[in-house]
Amino acid sequence: MELVVCIKQVPDTETRIKIAADGKSIDITGINWVVSPYDENALEEALRIRETKGEGGVAVMTLGPERAASALRSCLALGADRAVHLQDPALEGSDSLGTARALAAAIRRSRFDLVLVGQQGVGTDNSQVGPMLAELLDIPHVNVVTKLEIANGKIRAHRQIEGAVEVVECPLPAVVTAQKGLNEPRYASLKGIMAAKKKPLERLGLQDLGLDAADVGAAGARNRWTRLELPPARQAGKILDGEPEESTAELVRLLRDEAKVI
Amino acid sequence: MPQFEALDYYEIEDLLTEEERLVRDTVRSFVTEKVLPIIAHHNREGTFPVELVPEMAELGLLGANLKGYGCPGLNHVAYGLIMRELERGDSGLRSFISVQGSLVMFPIHRFGSEEQKAAWLPRLAKGEAIGCFGLTEPDFGSDPSGMTTRAVRKGNRWVLNGTKMWITNGSIADVALIWARERDQVRGFLVEKGAKGLSAREVPNKFSLRASVTSEMVLQDCEIPYENLLPGTRGLKSALDCLDQARYGIAWGVIGSAMAVFDEALRYAKSRVQFDRPIAGFQLVQRKLVWMVQEITKGQMLCWRLGKLKESGRATSAQVSLAKRNNVAMALEIARLARDILGASGITDEYQTGRHLCNLESVITYEGTHDIHTLIVGQDITGIPAFK
Ligand SMILES: Cc1cc2nc3c(=O)[nH]c(=O)nc-3n(C[C@H](O)[C@H](O)[C@H](O)COP(=O)(O)OP(=O)(O)OC[C@H]3O[C@@H](n4cnc5c(N)ncnc54)[C@H](O)[C@@H]3O)c2cc1C
Repeated sequence: MELVVCIKQVPDTETRIKIAADGKSIDITGINWVVSPYDENALEEALRIRETKGEGGVAVMTLGPERAASALRSCLALGADRAVHLQDPALEGSDSLGTARALAAAIRRSRFDLVLVGQQGVGTDNSQVGPMLAELLDIPHVNVVTKLEIANGKIRAHRQIEGAVEVVECPLPAVVTAQKGLNEPRYASLKGIMAAKKKPLERLGLQDLGLDAADVGAAGARNRWTRLELPPARQAGKILDGEPEESTAELVRLLRDEAKVI
Repeated sequence: MPQFEALDYYEIEDLLTEEERLVRDTVRSFVTEKVLPIIAHHNREGTFPVELVPEMAELGLLGANLKGYGCPGLNHVAYGLIMRELERGDSGLRSFISVQGSLVMFPIHRFGSEEQKAAWLPRLAKGEAIGCFGLTEPDFGSDPSGMTTRAVRKGNRWVLNGTKMWITNGSIADVALIWARERDQVRGFLVEKGAKGLSAREVPNKFSLRASVTSEMVLQDCEIPYENLLPGTRGLKSALDCLDQARYGIAWGVIGSAMAVFDEALRYAKSRVQFDRPIAGFQLVQRKLVWMVQEITKGQMLCWRLGKLKESGRATSAQVSLAKRNNVAMALEIARLARDILGASGITDEYQTGRHLCNLESVITYEGTHDIHTLIVGQDITGIPAFK
């Protein structure tokens, strides 16, 4: 079974985000870049499928600048077999659709049975690339999956919905987007890190993908970031002194009259 | 527990290769997710977290810089980073890895026969066997040349007699590398758990390295097969070669302790308000914090350079001694200052600083005390040994 995992390199979720001088992007100095956490679940699932089936390969793909190669290498260290880096000046500034177009073109280049992606890219949180990929590849998709079973050319995917679990079946090939609870991602072993150096990392540009520059990158983007703002700073907390009876009464009053939450 | 922020004031981590960074990140997450949640408990109970051994083995942390026999074969800087990240968790855990890798696997790798290597290294790398290193004796610590443990040949067996003291992993070891005098030369012997005449007893009531096992080992007419002698060992020099490896790891390791307590102290100083302002705003507190940054930064640079020297085969024992001496002393002083900044909170194990502080009191003594390293470097630069 041939598995493809699409990953995105994002700022570490602990990063204290600062807004860049242009007011519409983030300041990237000093940022520690990581693989988006949901993508780690997607990769882990692919590795487990390969391990239980005992055959097939796992390819990881990303669209991103030069630095994104390190995210691919960390996936190789975790156990992926090969990596594909979509990198071209014309791809820079892609929105979700542009990204999905480029990835779909790359995925089509070889045989595949299942595409796994994170259910959202941490930071931009659009949750669009997975479903768009499925549309472009003209195959079914199941979103926000917490459990995945594969048998007889079909998948059974569990999704957490309001108050229940929904079980969806669909034929392969398909796209599945991973939710946090899908699995517990492993650590890269030191041997895996050493072995990663020898695994293939292919770079593909616009021409290799057979794409038109007008459909991808900033040129093809249908949405643009116009402004970024930090959330307002949190106000200092208030401590109510005094006897419990008095302070409780005061707390209730404040919650009702000031915070207006009760 | 708040997210750890690793001090890197001079962007020294820029000097690391991508592979080294991956190793660092892997071990750092492992420590954050698996070690920190349980270590205070183990420290309180005085127990070694054996449950972490299989996972550490799986990651490849046991004998990480050795080649072949199931070991990953990492370079020395990557190995140092592993030690630093582990000791950010606890010096006891790092001690376990140091002993297993540098003091048991390394000597078998360097001095062992092919049969010994094949029999032990893969099992030690997988964590299926635990090792210990017995050099120190009750009456011979800094001066191991006076050791009284002896090995006498009896047919196709060796008979060992003597007592080893302060042996890390001693009572949980499946194999002990025991240094003993054979005629007029000190040599290394592999003594397996259960060998007739071998007994081990844990040292009780430690206030330091509580999450690590320290034991006394008694060899009374202890008989082992003739082929358990490590054939390549020739005199005390062989034991000291192992210590060089372990000391190198310690020099890196303690930076992790220092980074951990600095992080905790800085965070605390910024949030603790006295006299209507965060204590971090007082000049005296800033001076302490700045001193920590300064010393950690120097220690980081020193180790990176030492790692590079080691990779090109140029690092000398004296250089390793200087790094161990400098870094352990700075880490201990930083832990003391951090404890002070934490005020009364710093004396409970709700904060990690007190644990690091107590641990480092062992680290400054074992693997050559601070002053013994002074004498090693002193001899190196003057040509005059001042030990006696
Ligand atoms: C937790 C722990 C784990 C250990 N694990 C191991 C292990 O796994 N294997 C092992 O073999 N050993 C181990 N040791 C033992 C350790 O290596 C020794 O404690 C160390 O070498 C010092 O020996 P000592 O304790 O006998 O002190 P001593 O040698 O008696 O030293 C006492 C003091 O005298 C000073 N001193 C000694 N000689 C001189 C001199 N010539 N000039 C100036 N000052 C001097 C020392 O610096 C020190 O301050 C461990 C120790 C501890 C605490």
